[in-house]
Formats: sequence, structure tokens, C-alpha cells
Amino acid sequence: MRTLGIDSGSTTTKGVLMEDGKMIKYMLLPTTAKPAESIREIYNALYSPQVDKIVSTGYGRDLIKEADRKVTEITCHARGAAWLKGHIQAVIDIGGQDCKAILLDSNHQVMDFLMNDKCAAGTGRFIEMMMRTLEVPLENIDAFVADRTPANITSMCTVFAESEIVSLLAEEIEPGDIALGMIHAICRRTAYFARKMKLGGDIFFSGGLARYEIFRQTLEEYLQLPVHTHELSQYAGAIGAALIAMR
Amino acid sequence: MELIKDLPEIFEEFAEQRKNSFLAIKQLKENGVPIVGVFCTYLPQEIPAAMGAGVVGLCSTSDETIPDAEMDLPRNLCPLIKSSYGFAKTDKCPFFYFSDLVVGETTCDGKKKMYEYLADFKPVYVMELPNKQSEDGYEMYRREIIRFQKVLEEKFGVTITEEQIRHATKIRNQERVALKNLYGLMKLDPAPMLGMDLLNVLTGAQFKFNKEASAEELEAIAERIQAEYEEGKHLEKRPRILVTGSPIHGAASKVVKAIEDNGGVVVVFENCGGVKSVDELVDESNPDIYEALAKRYLNIGCSCMAPNPHRFTLLRELIKEYKVDAVVDVALQACHTYNVESIGVKRLVTEEFHLPFMSLEADYSSSDIGQLNTRMAAFIEML
Repeated sequence: MRTLGIDSGSTTTKGVLMEDGKMIKYMLLPTTAKPAESIREIYNALYSPQVDKIVSTGYGRDLIKEADRKVTEITCHARGAAWLKGHIQAVIDIGGQDCKAILLDSNHQVMDFLMNDKCAAGTGRFIEMMMRTLEVPLENIDAFVADRTPANITSMCTVFAESEIVSLLAEEIEPGDIALGMIHAICRRTAYFARKMKLGGDIFFSGGLARYEIFRQTLEEYLQLPVHTHELSQYAGAIGAALIAMR
Repeated sequence: MELIKDLPEIFEEFAEQRKNSFLAIKQLKENGVPIVGVFCTYLPQEIPAAMGAGVVGLCSTSDETIPDAEMDLPRNLCPLIKSSYGFAKTDKCPFFYFSDLVVGETTCDGKKKMYEYLADFKPVYVMELPNKQSEDGYEMYRREIIRFQKVLEEKFGVTITEEQIRHATKIRNQERVALKNLYGLMKLDPAPMLGMDLLNVLTGAQFKFNKEASAEELEAIAERIQAEYEEGKHLEKRPRILVTGSPIHGAASKVVKAIEDNGGVVVVFENCGGVKSVDELVDESNPDIYEALAKRYLNIGCSCMAPNPHRFTLLRELIKEYKVDAVVDVALQACHTYNVESIGVKRLVTEEFHLPFMSLEADYSSSDIGQLNTRMAAFIEML
């Protein structure tokens, strides 16, 4: 059976084509101001008449009429993460505009979840904005903060953090220290947020920031639990959607 | 009582009842009937009703007047308090406009402080509500009720007799019984109707001034629902949700809509306006009517009580009786008492009943509908 999962996130749109539980094709595009067009592009690239079922997820999940089902990113992330790493007990996803913590039961079903969706603090947007202020591409972040000492960042508001960065730069604090300080701030906040649930065991870290080792490592430090990621972790939602389509 | 209309039409009418009562209250006023505006369910409505006053709820639930309120009040305050103050300040609410006296109680900090400044625009009387349901508390509230009666007698130049209070009590009890019968139908599985329809009836009923007629109508509606249910007219099977927390009618009912748009059904509202404020009857056989009223009203399990055991007792009963699959606790933004108490409700639901639980903070805006839908859809996918 061939299934297509499409995850329309706020920053990127992902598509995963699966056949009998195996990933055969996947792709990722930036989400534009017209999310339906990004979805269409993914759909056109991955769809063929051999596709039996389509499931959409993410903020733009209602924008594709071909989808047989629309499932929330919570359920899809949980399913996709458990498929990538079988032994995990929780998922922490730092997305472009929200942050989620999902607790799984032994059957990889969602047992409980938390969402921070009220403001951009503690999301990928916060880090993007910070790197723009520091004029460093996000891709270079691991090297940029290597062996730095985290600066003390007090503000977690995306708007105020920018002025804090500006004043730290004026005090001639090293930009690498500021960036590491910001990473600590976001990971600390995420850990406190996730610990409202009874976390234990192995944690899967997904979302765009999971591509960078420094985030995984810092999150692990604050959670005091093993944090895993996967090269395909950004696709967890789309993988989950394709898996759910199979049922 | 014969119902001429069918149920969807009746539900629609209840949804519009608040607006439809604007004319009714104007009529009452023109006929010389005094109007008493009230905020909380702790207020013994039997006392103003005994003197023949129209009693109307003033808790406002729309974000329309919040900007006006924020000129005077802090932004980080419960939207219900800001909205209520804003409607009084701008005179946009006919119920405020026609109220001869506005009565508040010392419930939460936000409300009691707001009443001090509300008094700048309206004649306000504040009843002192004890913080807990102790013997001293009941005695104090009994005295407060008598004091409130004197205030009414002086202000309106009337005498309120015990007989009148007993009569008003009998009528209010009849209405309570009718409401209980109606919401009790939601114990049926599958549920006979959407929680949103029930909420509209519960809210609309508060704006019917002829309580005897209202009780009859509610009874007829319940009979009709029961009869249609037996003919097989009901919802398909859905996850059964209990909603608890801050008042949920008006703009906050977006949470109910999100639950039901995503496949659940709210089978019971523990909130104010729901079971919490309707369930218990006033003991008509008590020779001391003031004591009976004090007990019945002070027993309401609002989070402004500390501790608040009655809410938890009621939740336990409702979870069992309504065969609830999950609990959603809604606290209005900056409603400290309900926000704090949420952890207690979570423990009760997850540790005692091993049921899924979600707590939500809501305001009166429509900006979070998308996120709300995602949360609710994920929660229901989980069940």
C-alpha cells in the first residue's frame, strides 16, 4: 500500500511517500506566504495514481482537498517519532511558531500533551530572529557557539530579547556567548514547560532546531534525560501522517 | 405546556434570549418594576424576586468593551471583569442601563476591587461573602442576606415578607428542578444533543423573567428531547467531555465549539450557569428561610472559596453519573483562583479516575481559534 503524508508547518512544508511501511521518497520546501502553493508543489512532486491514501497535518492541513484525512500534528509527530526511534517515551518538538511536548504510552499512542502556542518565545522563530540580529546564518550555529560561555539572557520575549542582544553587543559581549546564552534560555524554558508532565525515559527531539547538535545537548542538560534526534526528525510529522494513512 | 416549534428552532431562540430580553426588560421598567442587576450565582435571587423585582445577570462575555475598560483597569485582568466594567462604563448593555441597583459579592479579588470603581457609574451594593463553607461562614452569610434585604427595602421603599421569600424560593426551586431534568438527559449515551445547545438553553434561561413560565417551558423541552430520543433522534456516539472552570458562556464558548467541531460532545458543564449553580435546591422545609438560603448559596463550589471541597465532590459525582471520557478545565485569562485550582482538578481526574485531562486558558478574543482547534482535535484523537 502506498501512502502520502503532507505536513504543512509554519516554516517548512514536508512530504513523505511510503510503501508498506517503508519511506520511498521525501521532500521539504520552505512554507511561503501562500502555504497552499507549497503544499501543491509537494503534492505534485510526490503524488502518483498509485498513491492509495493521503493524510495531511500541520497548521495548513485544511488547505489540501485531496487529503483523505486531516490529523493534528500532535498525533502525527508522536507516530512519526516512534517510527524513527522505537524506544522513546516522549517527544519534544520546537516548531517555527509553537512548542509541543507529547507523552507516549507503551503502544506509541499519545497519552498527554502540552502546547505553547500563545507567543513566539521559546520557538524556532525566536532563534531565527536572534541569529538575524547577530548576522550569522542559522546553519552555522553549532560552530558559532562551540567553546563559548553562555551570556546571561533574562528576557524570553522575542521582541525584548532583540533589544537585550543589542545592549549586550554594546557591552562588547562576544556574539557567540550571546547566541549560546539564547540557546540556554530556550532549552531551559522548554525543559520547564515539558516537565509539567511526568517525563521519564528517552526523549525524541524534533522540529527544525533538532538539526543542530547544540540544541539537543543543551536540552539534555536541562531535562536530565537522554535526548535523541534523527537526521529525518524534521519529517516526523509527515512520516506519522503517511503511517496513519495506512490504517 | 405545548411546544409549537421544533427543537433546533427552540435552541436557536435560547441562543438569542439575552438579546430578546432587552425589550422585555424595557417593558418591565416602563411598568414600574424595579430591576436588580447581579453578578454572581452566590446572590440569593429569591430576595429581590420576593419584592417583585426583575433580576438580571450582568456578567459580560464579549470583548467589545474591553478596550474601554482597559483605560481604567489593568490589561492583565480577567476578561469577564473587564468586559463587565466596560459595559457599565459605556452604557452599551441595556441590562446595566436599566438596573436600579447593581449587586456584587466579595468573590474573587479582581471582581471585588472592580466593584469599588464600578460604583462611579452605577449604584452598587456589595454583599460580603465568606471565604469558606464553615459554620461561621454560614452564619455570617445568613446575616448578610438579611442585611441585603434591608438595603432593598430601604432603597425601593418596600417591605419584604417571609411569605414572599418562601414563595419566590418555591418558584426558583421549580426552575432548578426543570433545569436539572433537562441537563440530566445528557446522561444518556449517545448524547441526545450537542453541549452547545444545552449551554444556550442554560444561559438563555437566566434571561427569562417569568420563572414559572420558564420552568414549564424547560419541562416541555425535556419531554420533547426524551420523546425524540426514544424515536432514535440523537447524536452518533462521540467522546463524552466534562467541562469545568470559569464561566463558559458567551465568547468563552469557543472552547465548547472547538470540542464539538472536532468530534467530541460536552455532556456536562460543571461551570457557573451549569450544574454548580443549579444543582442544590433551597431547603423549603427549614423553619429559618434565611439559614436555608445561606446554606444553599454558600455551598456553591466556586474557586473563590478556599479550600473549595464542594467543587471536587461535585466533579466526582458528575464524572461517574455522566460516564465522562475526559475532562477539560477552562480558566479565563488571569482568573487566578481557577488557574491555581487547575492542578487540583488535574490530580482528581488523572490520579483518581485515570482519565485524560486538559487545562486551557481562554480569553474573549477570536485570535486563538486555530490553536484551540488543533489542541481539541489532538485531545480527541487521543481518546
